[in-house]
Amino acid sequence: MNQPNNNGERTPWFRALVRSRESTLVLLIVTLAVTTDLLNPRFLSPQSLKDLMLNVSIMALLVLGQTIIILMRQIDLSISSIVGITAFLSGTLFVSHPGISDLVVILIAVASGLALGAVNAALVAWGNIPALITTLGTLYIFRGADYAWVHGRQVNAVNIPTSFLAIGTSSFLGIPWLTWIVLALLLVFSVGLRQYRTGREFYAIGSNRAAAILAGINVGRQIAIGFLISGAIAGLAGALWLARFGTVDATAAEGIELTVITSTVVGGVAITGGVGSVLGAVLGALLLSVFNSALVFLRVPSFWQQAFQGAMLLLAIAVDAFLAHRHALRSRVRWSHV
Amino acid sequence: MTERQSTTRRLVRRVSWEVILALLLLLAIAGGGVINSEFLTTDNWSNLLANFVEIALMALPLSLIVIAGEIDLSVASILGLSSSLLGVLCQTKVPMPLAIILCLLLGALCGLLNGFLIVRFRLPSLAVTIGTLAVFRGFAFILLGDQAVADFPPEYSAFGIGVIPYTFIPQPFALFLILAIVFWVILHRSTVGRSLYAIGGNPTAALFSGIQLYRLKVLLFSCSGAVSALAGIVYTFRFSSARADNGTGFELSAIAAVFLGGVAVQGGSGTITGVVFSLLLIGIVNNVLTLADVANEILRIVTGTLLIASILVPNLIASARARLGSIQLRRRTVQNDHLPLAG
Repeated sequence: MNQPNNNGERTPWFRALVRSRESTLVLLIVTLAVTTDLLNPRFLSPQSLKDLMLNVSIMALLVLGQTIIILMRQIDLSISSIVGITAFLSGTLFVSHPGISDLVVILIAVASGLALGAVNAALVAWGNIPALITTLGTLYIFRGADYAWVHGRQVNAVNIPTSFLAIGTSSFLGIPWLTWIVLALLLVFSVGLRQYRTGREFYAIGSNRAAAILAGINVGRQIAIGFLISGAIAGLAGALWLARFGTVDATAAEGIELTVITSTVVGGVAITGGVGSVLGAVLGALLLSVFNSALVFLRVPSFWQQAFQGAMLLLAIAVDAFLAHRHALRSRVRWSHV
Repeated sequence: MTERQSTTRRLVRRVSWEVILALLLLLAIAGGGVINSEFLTTDNWSNLLANFVEIALMALPLSLIVIAGEIDLSVASILGLSSSLLGVLCQTKVPMPLAIILCLLLGALCGLLNGFLIVRFRLPSLAVTIGTLAVFRGFAFILLGDQAVADFPPEYSAFGIGVIPYTFIPQPFALFLILAIVFWVILHRSTVGRSLYAIGGNPTAALFSGIQLYRLKVLLFSCSGAVSALAGIVYTFRFSSARADNGTGFELSAIAAVFLGGVAVQGGSGTITGVVFSLLLIGIVNNVLTLADVANEILRIVTGTLLIASILVPNLIASARARLGSIQLRRRTVQNDHLPLAG
């Protein structure tokens, strides 16, 4: 009876719901931005918009990988540690090999992220360890390795070539390069998840794993691919973290995993798997960033940020649960006519 | 978790996980004694036991929650909130006993909120408690800002650092021992405990067999909140410092201890003894490494590795057995393997 629930992506009603989540987010973001701007006109100034875009970019990037993971009803807590370690790695490459090409550094960072993601992938897919435990463990291990390696040192912006820092500072058509990179990847992921078989399989696994196995989907391989992608994305985010902040020590990106997960879930990716889109998730990250900077512009003490962020997550999952409940009721009525 | 694993793993666990932990404990103690002559002194043991008492306190109700198939990530934030409240109440000259009771009440209330959201709206506990993790920590900062309160009455600070007369056991650790016994009785010698295993094993079956599933879960989360608040009070007195960021990240250590103690992630199995052993093991390993001047960062790596190994090793044994043995079990791999905590 509830079959459209699992296969819901195809039914127009469900599509409308997904669309409405994204349009709701856009509406919220616009309302929030306009209201804040009315109270403090500097909010929508070019400089603060640029800061906003830079702030949201790295989060949005990480959200892309997390979306795939959560779609399959998994979770990746280790991304913050991967970002931290690859950010420092990129920095040391510039220090130890002056004149190294920016692209090579970025590629090495991505490859390292991929390798760390492979650890997660192997443990979850072949070691059969639940993702929560695996990535909690690797969160510790990667960050511990980072601390041991960094050993109180720091990479400073003076050692980083300006061409690399330009990714985070200079713009093209008014939009920072960093944001362009994220937008391009958003497009790739969006199309990939919608149009390609691998993308659809992520949804299938999260909707009904048993059915996915019976349908011949190689669940282990798909989950492994998910963690590899998440790791590679985190590696890229690490390199871009360096470009954005210039100064990196062992504490870089500590604790951001919860913000990333919150953004993803606020963006409509159900933590129970199978539902959501990367666009929504990125909008979720944008909403959180706009909210945080609105608080700053409205001179609300920063202490409130965290409480609001948590409240937003609770609200988002409550709304999801409510909609899912209503959807279940409606589809039952509709299918009773058949 | 696939069915194959949980069955074999349950077997492996039931028979020997506590024994393995106990052996590892003995090994760690012997190793510690050999490596460092300071290790077996009473001073060091007072230190060792006091150092993980907050995490140990939070791990007790958390074990019950995980056994019942849920999770609570907000424990460390409740610790921070209770610490902040204690600081504010102390500043405003509220009598200490009343302040402590208010902190415990607030903790229970926080837990009640978790339980209410999870049970009433049927929300996944993982997501809810990630949310309340931020909310409660946020409130801690709203209450106390970035200031620290340090002027607690000396008799209370003395409780935080004192030992039980004529022993090396720190007073807060005695508190943990008492609670550990209470939780052991609840889990292993009461109908509530049996119900928790039933809920974790099969919620639907538990519901149909007349277990007050929802009421129990709300109670469990409230209890977790109150114990976390108690951990906050202990932490505050032990360091004579109330700060909003006290205990940040402790939830991960508490969860690591629970899983290492042999509590199955998918719920339905685990013992208090195992969790107490794993807490001691983590405490001892940390202490030995600290004495050996191993940097703090290595400790993180060790904790993470222990956590993963605690699941990986039984899994590998199980899959090796399955490969040797029955095809029957292998067929069950088709069964669902949802992240149980999100269910």
